[in-house]
Amino acid sequence: MAIDLKMPALSPTMEEGTLAKWLVKEGDAVKSGDILAEIETDKATMEFEAIDEGTIGKIVIPEGTENVKVGTVIATITGDGEDAATPAPAPAAAPAPAPVAKAEAAPEPAKPEGGAAQLASSAKPAADPEVPAGTAMVSTTVREALRDAMAEEMRRDDRIFVMGEEVAEYQGAYKVTQGLLEEFGPRRVIDTPITEYGFAGIGTGAAMGGLRPIIEFMTFNFAMQAIDHIINSAAKTNYMSGGQMRCPIVFRGPNGAASRVGAQHSQNYAPWYSAVPGLIVIAPYDAADAKGLLKAAIRSEDPVVFLENELIYGRSYDVPDLGDDHVLPIGKARIVRPGKDVTIVTYSIGVGLSLDAAKLLADEGIDAEVIDLRTLRPLDKAAVLESLAKTNRLVVVEEGWPTCSIASEIMAICMEDGFDHLDAPVGRVCDEDVPLPYAANLEKAALIDVPRIVAAVKKACYR
Amino acid sequence: MAKTVNTRATSTQTTAPATRRKALTKAGPGRSATDADDSIAGADDEATFALRSLQQAHANNRRYDASDEELLDFYEQMMLIRRFEEKAGQLYGLGLIGGFCHLYIGQEAVAVGLQSALVTGKDSVITGYRDHGHMLAYGIDPKVIMAELTGRAAGISRGKGGSMHMFSTDHRFYGGHGIVGAQVSLGTGLAFGHKYSGDGGVCMAYFGDGASNQGQVYESMNMASLWKLPIIFVIENNGYAMGTAVKRGSAETEFYRRGTAFRIPGMDVNGMDVLEVHQAAQVALEYVRAGNGPVLMELNTYRYRGHSMSDPAKYRSREEVQEMREKHDPIEGAKNELLKRGVPEDKIKAIDKAIRQVVAESADYAETSPEPDMHELYTDVLVEQY
Repeated sequence: MAIDLKMPALSPTMEEGTLAKWLVKEGDAVKSGDILAEIETDKATMEFEAIDEGTIGKIVIPEGTENVKVGTVIATITGDGEDAATPAPAPAAAPAPAPVAKAEAAPEPAKPEGGAAQLASSAKPAADPEVPAGTAMVSTTVREALRDAMAEEMRRDDRIFVMGEEVAEYQGAYKVTQGLLEEFGPRRVIDTPITEYGFAGIGTGAAMGGLRPIIEFMTFNFAMQAIDHIINSAAKTNYMSGGQMRCPIVFRGPNGAASRVGAQHSQNYAPWYSAVPGLIVIAPYDAADAKGLLKAAIRSEDPVVFLENELIYGRSYDVPDLGDDHVLPIGKARIVRPGKDVTIVTYSIGVGLSLDAAKLLADEGIDAEVIDLRTLRPLDKAAVLESLAKTNRLVVVEEGWPTCSIASEIMAICMEDGFDHLDAPVGRVCDEDVPLPYAANLEKAALIDVPRIVAAVKKACYR
Repeated sequence: MAKTVNTRATSTQTTAPATRRKALTKAGPGRSATDADDSIAGADDEATFALRSLQQAHANNRRYDASDEELLDFYEQMMLIRRFEEKAGQLYGLGLIGGFCHLYIGQEAVAVGLQSALVTGKDSVITGYRDHGHMLAYGIDPKVIMAELTGRAAGISRGKGGSMHMFSTDHRFYGGHGIVGAQVSLGTGLAFGHKYSGDGGVCMAYFGDGASNQGQVYESMNMASLWKLPIIFVIENNGYAMGTAVKRGSAETEFYRRGTAFRIPGMDVNGMDVLEVHQAAQVALEYVRAGNGPVLMELNTYRYRGHSMSDPAKYRSREEVQEMREKHDPIEGAKNELLKRGVPEDKIKAIDKAIRQVVAESADYAETSPEPDMHELYTDVLVEQY
């Protein structure tokens, strides 16, 4: 009988890909290990190997097809002695959009739904109020927005360079630096050895000497090797020198839980860096903020820790077509959904979940205001307190540990400066206070989700 | 100061003889680079691998042929550091300087010999927390350095850095870093900047035998060599990482060999003779300025005082210190040579007198100038307003 070949998931977060090239044609005999096709994900081009022996029956998805969902039947293979020309049972026309979590992705083993899936959101935050009316909006992935921000700034200022592991020839481990090497050359887009402590120090020293480095960490988990330079060298330079020596540098890369990658590759360092005077800490959610704030970070005279999120890289949002002028203010939160009954304060991937929760809460008659902090240091206390004064109830949503967190800080601010406005204790929804487990069910249980936010908000509203 | 000397005098602890011998013989004059035990691993495996070439060049022409005026100038700079540091020690004893204070006494020939070969404002210098001497050797005003030591508003860091954190971007002197070894990566970044902007500058990054065991030093050496960055790694081997003798902390105590794994040529230099140091610096600079990438220099030197003011230095014998002071002192050496050349003693004494005056003035300035305004507590945290 014919076996369906399905679009494989080639990374923990892949949802779709491009079928770049078929290396076999209908009627070809294949055996286990033969390369059948090349598949491009947003990160890389991968070879797709045969697992079964047989003859290629029908090629369902022609080469060059983009956005093929994981799990879609792309070809059939027949066993020995069967008629290779047997029409494939799979729908040959439009590829069936299979939701990633449900896909029985043969030849990949069944993919259990981990916690990352529950961090997904299709919610679109309201446009930044500072965008002039009538500005054209361009749908852009967060990944492209970050790249555009770097490229635009690099065109303006020759002192800016990008340094990190796999940023140049590989085009970025997460493809955020795609195309930069081609445009700016190896002088300004520099591959380093695997040596975080060393290149964080080199970047910091270069900033002290007058350049404007962008240091990419493949993920912020690896920046633990380099945190000494971020804190002891970069953050304190201006103060220790009495304002004489500056350190305009951006440390950027993905932060927070990814998908099923275990405890050492999944954590949110926002509270760590936000605890340090002398640093700016930014954690954007959508593409417009990612671009506008990264441009602001690059232009800043201060050292910036810019925390991205791998799970958001591939999501598309509208970005105002303002080119060089799309620079957003550092230190300003944004009301992404106005409301009157309760305030949800959040940032990064928590924004989408909070918007989803707000939608469900609206059905129950609770009008939640959602605030995206965007910058975590300096924190926009005024925005939090103003909203609290309006709604009198507040819940913090943070994809990260609860202890000594941004959530803790917001609660302290509400106690110290907003006490008279509180009609209920401030609530918080954070990840469980454990290292992130690998098992799908445990990871799911460890991470924040929409039902938990809904429950916490209802509790704050005494509902 | 008195406290340190007294404690040392009563010390009965003996130092491992091997350590002392190494410190003494390596610092001593006339050490041949062709000793059998000096062969560098891998040096012979290919003709193009010229790790030994700089050491050979140094051995062929060990001492700088200074004019009387130049030698007088070196003498003056070293004496300024010596007297400045002695005064800092006194002020520390009086409670006018707080916290950590690491004196450079005994190591003067290193900073003076090396930095006199640099171009101030073009080449950059970075070092660790034992930084007063390097600043003085770069011509930075002793007054603002001393005022920083006493934590005054007139200090070079407005009183907010202290002994370990001083900078002068005008001189391209980049500190003044308190985390052992951090300045090596940062210095490699400065060298990256020189190459990136094509300004022709070279970075001189100083660190000690103790910092040499930090991992980031080797991460930086790898990249510096890989990218042929214009940097001279200077290991000031004063024999002790705080209280740990090099033999007790380092598997390879010939530190100039430590760049071999990264194809960085090493130079083994007597750091107690300012003319040898200066000559070696010229050899290294010529190599680096030609675009060949980094050089690693080991400067064998000795600190007469403890690691910091609070270190009684009981880990070594009084005799060991005495021998270095009497037989290898860089300032005495320079003075004797000047006298031998026929430079009148009066001229030397006039310099000494002028230096005492400069140092006394800097101490007065540092004692009498006001502390920072309270509002300075909150300034310079960030550059911009957000």
